[in-house]
Amino acid sequence: MTRRVLAASAAVTVFALALTGCVAKADLASAIAVDITDDGCSVAAATAPAGAVTFALANNGTDVNEFEILADDQLRIVGEKENVTPGQEIDFTAQLEPGTYYTACKFQQVGAPIGLAEFTVTGEASAVSAGDKELSEQAVTEYLAYVRSQAAELLPLVEAFAAAYAAGDDETARSLFAATRVPYERIEPTAEAFGDLDPKIDFREVDAVADGLEWTGFHRIEKDLWAPVAGDLNSDGQDAFLDWAPSTAEERQAYADGLVADVTELHDLVTADDFTVSLDAISNGAIALLDEVASGKITGEEDWWSGTDLSDFAANVQGAGVAFGAVRALAESKGDEGTALATEIDEQFTALEAALAKYGSLESGFVDYATLTDADKKTLSDEVNALAEPLSQLTATVLGV
Amino acid sequence: MSDDSPVEERSTKEGASREPAARDEGFETPPSSAPQPAASEGGVSRRQLFGFLGAGAAGAVVGAAAGAGVAVAATGGTDASSAAASVYPFFGEHQAGIVTPAQDRLHFAAFDVAETLDRDGLIELLTEWTDAAARLSQGLEVAEGGAVGGSDYAPPADTGEALGLPASGLTITFGFGPGLFADAAGADRFGIATRRPALLEPLPRFQGDALVPEISGGDLCIQACADDPQVAVHAIRNLSRIAFGRASLRWSQLGFGRTSSTSTTQATPRNLFGFKDGTANVKAEETATVDEQIWVAASDEPAWLEGGSYLVARRIRMIIENWDRVQLGEQEMLVGRSKGEGAPLSGGTEFTEPDFEKTGATDAPLIDANAHVRLAHPSTNGGARMLRRGYNFVDGNDSLGRLDAGLFFLSFQRSPQQFIDVQRSLASDGLNEYLKHVGSAIFAVPGGVAEGEFVGQALFA
Repeated sequence: MTRRVLAASAAVTVFALALTGCVAKADLASAIAVDITDDGCSVAAATAPAGAVTFALANNGTDVNEFEILADDQLRIVGEKENVTPGQEIDFTAQLEPGTYYTACKFQQVGAPIGLAEFTVTGEASAVSAGDKELSEQAVTEYLAYVRSQAAELLPLVEAFAAAYAAGDDETARSLFAATRVPYERIEPTAEAFGDLDPKIDFREVDAVADGLEWTGFHRIEKDLWAPVAGDLNSDGQDAFLDWAPSTAEERQAYADGLVADVTELHDLVTADDFTVSLDAISNGAIALLDEVASGKITGEEDWWSGTDLSDFAANVQGAGVAFGAVRALAESKGDEGTALATEIDEQFTALEAALAKYGSLESGFVDYATLTDADKKTLSDEVNALAEPLSQLTATVLGV
Repeated sequence: MSDDSPVEERSTKEGASREPAARDEGFETPPSSAPQPAASEGGVSRRQLFGFLGAGAAGAVVGAAAGAGVAVAATGGTDASSAAASVYPFFGEHQAGIVTPAQDRLHFAAFDVAETLDRDGLIELLTEWTDAAARLSQGLEVAEGGAVGGSDYAPPADTGEALGLPASGLTITFGFGPGLFADAAGADRFGIATRRPALLEPLPRFQGDALVPEISGGDLCIQACADDPQVAVHAIRNLSRIAFGRASLRWSQLGFGRTSSTSTTQATPRNLFGFKDGTANVKAEETATVDEQIWVAASDEPAWLEGGSYLVARRIRMIIENWDRVQLGEQEMLVGRSKGEGAPLSGGTEFTEPDFEKTGATDAPLIDANAHVRLAHPSTNGGARMLRRGYNFVDGNDSLGRLDAGLFFLSFQRSPQQFIDVQRSLASDGLNEYLKHVGSAIFAVPGGVAEGEFVGQALFA
């Protein structure tokens, strides 16, 4: 249920709460107790009928823990409750189809599962979710294809860009910079899923310094191409020349080769046969792309030296739009609320794209972000907020939880 | 997370009410001892309703105000716990937050409506704001189960920072700016241009104005007052969030200490000049004066604003570093009152009427010709009075290392002319040397809301 619906029907929700209360009691009676300790994960029953299975988690250990339900391969996680703090008692419900599963806990939420135990779900497979399953598979297939197409698009662009930069053809490199980043920005959350790749490809100087990493990738090259002059500051307020000097020819070659290698690795990873994305990763990816815009692009911190933030901005929005499109049918299958949410997201995408179009397009390029006034930026920020708010409900709607 | 096994969980700690103690009382009965106005019956208009209940509803408001005041007075006047326990009714003949005893903290916000907003969208926003405000003011979350009772896979409906806090006397008061009736280009976006109150004009220019457009004006405003700043901020934050896509924050202001009393049960607080402020303010108990000076009457135009008021907001920067170098005698001369007691320099105690004719040994008036108290006094301004509800603020410091401090002036009056007359009279105020008006806004504050209505509904009828 969305916030707006809740807010608009306070009287109805009072009643709904009373019902929830009853359900809570019923749940409690049939819930399976899970005693979580630092080195154990004791589940009171080893079997349950198919459907909504509720576990009453109690963390009796000394640190934060995590409860997981694994598929019979003991690898794929089909349900998890993270951040169960010491002393906490919390209910966790998973929709489980008949089959063999494994329950486990994960002390401090890292490392191997602890207390792995077989858990059997009996009974009939639920027929109602068949439509959902089809739509889910379709969404995954669709989005996976998109990620792969963008990675494939990215690679030759990066090769050309890196070659111009390494050869010292700054004018060409500058003209390619924004367009080269577009496919990357469209699928950024997927790249971020590969822990160390995104930092190598896309870290801003201030983040690299703060994390103690060697600064490489797009933004290192950007600073060479739009070199600061004495007195310029970085986005964190530090002197632009602090721990920085223009790259030598050798360094340029190394950064160019590194970027091509990292993007090649990204391409190989997402085109591998066993690569897939989960449903919530798609909808969360859409949300994450808008967060990228709201936190980095709207402040002009992303492309600090080139001022090409609006191009990244537009690419993020496009990527979010594709991710939303992939799960849209699923959202609409969740009844009137899902349909209303999809409609609202549609409208806000249109409004945001219209607001962006005032400053250019991905085909013809965008104006330098520095030319926007604070009022211009606020208008864009308002549009981002207007889209991000309903979009943030997407995952819950798509998953139907 | 797998895509074929959606999961759900629910905390065993239901986030039903912000205040644990209130939970047992049930949600149909807000945790309030104050009398509740009767619900609106279908087919009975608001005007008819108040025709029936006029005296009762007004009594409820004053009764609630006096009740809370008594609670504070009985425990020595400063007992924070009894003040925090205050709950004021949201529904009534007038909006709460005007004659309500001034709470200690403020978060005030002005919004601009989105270019794409239409009449239905505006009504929807006002309806959602009303529903949320009615809950928040009773110490509840913005929506049922808002903070932690929802899906693990959706952002919580309520932002959560007020969980476990009582209502803290929260009142939420809505107002409509001139821009709502016609935008800068004169466009009537909501079909209400003909219903704009003739008096709702941007304020004229005054001496001492150094207005910053970004912190002036606004199409809509929300005044959230509470005895706990976290509760006031929580209200503005959640109401702003509800408005995303329909109205966006133009400017907002925190106030950390009230500078006015609006009830005779309250002690007079001090502003950042160190003087008692609001001694001669209109008080809730002066019901005849409140009717005459504060509420828009049935005989006034337009009819939809009956029971409402005009709100003037001014962000007045005080150059306190300079003020602090002024000798005590001169400070008192500029104000026209003693700094300690707050008594007029013509003699007596705080609540003695100033005698502007009285002269001292040198035959000069004891209260200087340009003293603030003289220039602001009703006798200088054709009897005009206002209900002031301002707050002290300090928003960090400026680039010169001076505190960005001052008075966030708020006044309610039946006509903006009351404020305009007084402000013009203050043109020769000696205090002006230490003041700069940097923000300014005016709003029409609709009358009270009946249950089942949204705020300002009569404007759209």
